[in-house]
Amino acid sequence: MTTTHSSRHGDLAPAQPYLEQYDRLKAELPGAALSWVRDLREQGRNRFAELGFPTTKVEAWKYTSLKLLERVAFQPAKPAAAGVHFDLLPHVGKGPRLVFVDGFFRADLSSTGGLPAGVELLGLADALSARAELVGEHLGRLAVSDEQRFVALNTAFLADGAVVRVARGVEVAEPVELVFVSLGSDEEPTAFHPRTLLIAEPQSKAVVIEHHVGLGIGATFANHVAEVFVGEGAILHHYKVQREGAEAFHLSNTAATVGKDAFYDNFILTTGARLARNEVHTTLGVGATCHVNGAYMIGDNQHCDTTTVIEHREPHGTSREVYKGAIDDHARAVFQGKIIVRPDAQKTDGHQLNRALLLSDTAEIDSKPELEIYADDVKCSHGATAGELADEALFYLRARGIPKDEARGLLIAAFLSEALDEIPEEPIREAFQGYVSGWLNAR
Amino acid sequence: MIEIKNLHATVDGKEILKGIDLTIRPGEVHAIMGPNGSGKSTLSYVLAGREGYEVTKGSVTYFGQDLLALEPEERAAEGLFLAFQYPVEIPGVANTTFLKSAINAMRKRRGESELDAMQFLKHIRAKTKQFGMSDEMLKRAVNVGFSGGEKKRNETLQMAVLEPKFAILDETDSGLDIDALKIVADGVNALRSPERSMLVITHYQRLLEYIVPDKVHVLAHGKIQRSGGKELALELEKHGYKEFGVNEAA
Repeated sequence: MTTTHSSRHGDLAPAQPYLEQYDRLKAELPGAALSWVRDLREQGRNRFAELGFPTTKVEAWKYTSLKLLERVAFQPAKPAAAGVHFDLLPHVGKGPRLVFVDGFFRADLSSTGGLPAGVELLGLADALSARAELVGEHLGRLAVSDEQRFVALNTAFLADGAVVRVARGVEVAEPVELVFVSLGSDEEPTAFHPRTLLIAEPQSKAVVIEHHVGLGIGATFANHVAEVFVGEGAILHHYKVQREGAEAFHLSNTAATVGKDAFYDNFILTTGARLARNEVHTTLGVGATCHVNGAYMIGDNQHCDTTTVIEHREPHGTSREVYKGAIDDHARAVFQGKIIVRPDAQKTDGHQLNRALLLSDTAEIDSKPELEIYADDVKCSHGATAGELADEALFYLRARGIPKDEARGLLIAAFLSEALDEIPEEPIREAFQGYVSGWLNAR
Repeated sequence: MIEIKNLHATVDGKEILKGIDLTIRPGEVHAIMGPNGSGKSTLSYVLAGREGYEVTKGSVTYFGQDLLALEPEERAAEGLFLAFQYPVEIPGVANTTFLKSAINAMRKRRGESELDAMQFLKHIRAKTKQFGMSDEMLKRAVNVGFSGGEKKRNETLQMAVLEPKFAILDETDSGLDIDALKIVADGVNALRSPERSMLVITHYQRLLEYIVPDKVHVLAHGKIQRSGGKELALELEKHGYKEFGVNEAA
């Protein structure tokens, strides 16, 4: 990574309260007895102290201002006092499910029965307390805090989250589901920093679905980091749906390394949060394939930022990226997609497509596709469009008796389907289409 | 059932319809013939309620109500159907989803129960067969990748399924070979009934050999220039639209 001067244009003042909270909390955090965990946290803390909050002068944050987030005096989450309605917890499949409330693993709400041999599924805090060897080799290896200030912040507060580890050659039939509930409190705004590790060892196969839902009241700040290791020849489908409430801030960094001939399939569906930013960074090995797809539907004053970096480091890699979004009211979307092809990555095949549908005159999309190519024998392309619903099609549907709102809904769902169709598993695709319908019906 | 009086309409500020008078009674099939640019399609869009077609004068009374005050979907619910000259392609919406939504929207408005997927398929099966629509075509996105003939068959299928009271066929013959034309015309003829009226808009007489009208009107320069029986169509075929000040072969 090249370090540019602009990346340092942070604002240190809003970072201060978080540093003070860290100093108060650090002795109580899980794994505090382990020096390597303490060191990792210190590094994160120090890096965040240096970088501070980004301003819009920082290139990567040019289109996303965090002023609203900075203004809220978030406090570290405490184990929830309020109950969570079990029936409200989403579950697409019938497989194992880990539930987290404000970042804390909740064994009482989770189910890990019937796991095949060779699959480990547990909370990170439990792993740090009792089975640190399970995560020691991977934790903090991918999501390095050098440039990423919110990875740094997450690392400082590193405590709980999900650990999914699938042993060599093991195939997990049912999707593993991770439910992150933003509950918050009516007393004070709540922040939490979950860290997730997905480790698919060579030749293994698994599907992981992350649900992010808001079930409470009050402002929440979820600062997620996921580190994803896809071993040689492994196949990992990693789907995420974020449906948090109107007072939620959702920042997320996913860093994935995709091994030789492995396949990593990432999909992110966003309908929720006041402000959401999903960053996905993938690096590809020899003959590796990654799909970085997603869809978003936002309205009111929502802000949804998708920032992706796909880095081809070795030859014969393939990457596909399809992002589609519908933006209504005063909402604003940002898409920054970069494909990097390193000098050794000959025969790379990389394609990126991002299309936005503007549903109102005040909706906005800022789109920044970037190709950075240092190899000469590659196929790479990108395309970006922004448009409105086709009047012709809308009239055609209405002329057949379909009411205007329903006709719009059909056309919006049709527009998004180009992205959703990229989800190969039918039950999951249907569930995600259901979230799209849910959004449309609620409008 | 439909009475058009002194209808004037503009598109992008330009007056296209300059005083149309036309009355169609239940069971009647009227044909409107006219050269390109005479206002034929504008009339069909105005009647169906397309945005951007502004009525500046005149009235349209449909079963005793002011048609122009209704939204396009309300007009459809009242039994008005426009078979499009250029059926619209809608990527991402399956033909079945489209048809089912249309049927159920109508049923809902009439206070009838909505059809589920199985009932819907049963409901349309005989008709899809009649128009040679395969299951595969039904699964495809609306009109996407359809040939010209397939698009027109799809329009006629929709008409047959939605059973309108008043159907406007806008150049339904354009782009059809003779076999497709026969399939479409047979479909239209099967729908003729004492309660159902039709307005067949065409440039050529050919279609009227298959769908025989009760009355023929010549539209040119935004006005109906002449009206007559079906023999008027044959006359136009021979002499073209010259007598209406249009220099074009019919």
